[in-house]
Amino acid sequence: MQIAYYPGCTLKSSAQQYESSALAVLKALEIEPQEMKDWNCCGVVHALASDDIIHHVAPTRVFTQLQQQGSANVVTFCDMCYNSLAQANIFLKQEPQKCETINEFLESEHKYQGQIEILHLLPFLRDKVGFETLKKKVKHPLKGLRLFPYYGCKLLRPREIGIDDAEDPTILADLMHALGAEVIDDPLKIQCCGSHHVVDQQDIVVRQVEKIILRVQERGADAVVLSCPLCMFNFDSKQKQLLAPLPIFYFTQLICIALGLEKEALGLHYHRTNPLPLLQERQFLQVKQENML
Amino acid sequence: MLKITAKAQPNELLAKVAELSGQNLFACYQCGTCSASCPFAPEMDLLPDKVIRQITLGMTDPLTSKTIWLCASCYLCVERCPRDIDMAKIMEALRQIHLRKNVDHVKVAQLPEIILEEVPPIALVANFRKNTG
Amino acid sequence: MTEQQNLPMITITLMGREHQVPAGLTIMTAIEHAGYKLVRGVGCRAGFCGACPTIFRKANDYKLYTALACQTLIEEGMNLVQIPFVPVSRKSYNLSEVEPSHNIVLRYYPEIARCVACNTCTRACPQNISVMDYIQAALRGDIARAAEISFDCIQCGICSTRCPADIKHYPVAQLVRRIYGTYILPRSSQLGKRVRELEKGLYQEEMATLTTMSLTDLRKLYEERTLEKVEFESKDQSALKELGTAQDPVDFQDDMQEYIEGVTN
Repeated sequence: MQIAYYPGCTLKSSAQQYESSALAVLKALEIEPQEMKDWNCCGVVHALASDDIIHHVAPTRVFTQLQQQGSANVVTFCDMCYNSLAQANIFLKQEPQKCETINEFLESEHKYQGQIEILHLLPFLRDKVGFETLKKKVKHPLKGLRLFPYYGCKLLRPREIGIDDAEDPTILADLMHALGAEVIDDPLKIQCCGSHHVVDQQDIVVRQVEKIILRVQERGADAVVLSCPLCMFNFDSKQKQLLAPLPIFYFTQLICIALGLEKEALGLHYHRTNPLPLLQERQFLQVKQENML
Repeated sequence: MLKITAKAQPNELLAKVAELSGQNLFACYQCGTCSASCPFAPEMDLLPDKVIRQITLGMTDPLTSKTIWLCASCYLCVERCPRDIDMAKIMEALRQIHLRKNVDHVKVAQLPEIILEEVPPIALVANFRKNTG
Repeated sequence: MTEQQNLPMITITLMGREHQVPAGLTIMTAIEHAGYKLVRGVGCRAGFCGACPTIFRKANDYKLYTALACQTLIEEGMNLVQIPFVPVSRKSYNLSEVEPSHNIVLRYYPEIARCVACNTCTRACPQNISVMDYIQAALRGDIARAAEISFDCIQCGICSTRCPADIKHYPVAQLVRRIYGTYILPRSSQLGKRVRELEKGLYQEEMATLTTMSLTDLRKLYEERTLEKVEFESKDQSALKELGTAQDPVDFQDDMQEYIEGVTN
């Protein structure tokens, strides 16, 4: 099965392990994502001022490119890209005047009006592949691994683009169960990690991350599993002051381990909080530490 | 200074915020759900529901608060408001009032190189969209 | 200059003042024809140095156009002004200390994260470069692609004057191409080999002989140079045979004679 794929800038730079593990998983499922040509940054956050038009140009441009390339839908792995693109679609449908202005400005051949479907990898795996199918392919169940599935904001809010229940989502937990792992639940799973404050107000992120990690550690979590490259950066690199930091994984990395896919796709050497001791202790990886880092 | 009179006073800030956010600030009945939900409320000098109340009363403190720059646009308040007020848009309106005067809140040229080298590009793009004009 | 009298005169507006100039001139020559002496905003006059960015409007058209003055022909009703200098402060960096990491461009020019993908820069570029595409490539750390796309940039700065995000495109492009040339461009093994041969003095002796030879000896050496015999229309090719013919029309001796006479006269 082929599908158009929008990577977003961070998957090509700071989150390469997310891309490599996701592509490995899709390959194992015989799905071929086709990276779209001539893509640009999606804009990352939806512009909220009522008179703003220019900040909606970036995500619209991505869609017009897809339209030119003949795609009816597109998959993305980055939560922020998913949110930005999905909200752009709604915006263009709700604001026909601005939609017209943007289309004219882009001088696109065919008017884009929000018709291309944007799919995040998580609901894609749940709805188009099925967690049951994934479960059947598991070679090394993640038995004994106690994971805290963390959602953050972008996949859940606003409700119009949410991929699951906004207050009590279960999609990541369901996926982890399918892989054989134990799940630690906590209401903090939907609370923002601090997002872009990491650039100019890191203390806020440090405090938020600490709050969440200490709480789930108390509940017995071994590690955190998530899907957003910014959440990953915040959780992975802002635990330095903690005595016992928790390793953080992308859900695709855990699928790779459970499916027994090639270790090179995991990209564990990119992590700042070392995940190897946990993985080796639970015998999910039989690779010497020196080889990976 | 807060002046309460029986006569209606022109409220420029309210008019501007209402225009930019498209929200009816008078719909707020001060239940405090937004403030209770906000992950960054403990750091704020003005709680979100207070921000709305002060604007409707003609006070301009929200404009100079730390609050509007602490908001991460996580939409928890939006999801939970029983009056369907989009608090995130109100916060954005307040930020935009500053940024449209061509004064950036984050000084891009003064960010330490160590941060620029390590943060994911999405962090910079998102930060600049919220904090620069 | 008799052609000038047959050309129609058209009206253009320079810096708010109307002038009548002959059609068929470039903006640059039209400015000079109108009586101005250009001391800034002029350079190679060949579309290569980027010194002459010009902003103009056309009659009955709302758009603002940008172009190089030396490369653009004037039109009736053109209303123009020149930008002799576009301020773009560059970051200083030591290339040997620059590591080609994925965030390297963001480290020096973080403002590229403000790009809203509006493509105004691409529309402004007189070289038809996809400026937005190379900024986007730099944003995601794709140095090779950014270097490739920006290769023809002549540093005129027009893109930077129009950008709503205040990005300085061409210094970013410079940094990217420098990183590409230093760290990414594949090295030619043959070039390395040849350079080492030269450094070892492989051709020193021959060069010493050639530079001290007399003109006649040099000429003789040239005429008797070894050429591969090539079959061409069942004839053997040879330099000697073809000397002074249509096949080898360069007559070195005569040219030298003329030159010497020209110099002494």
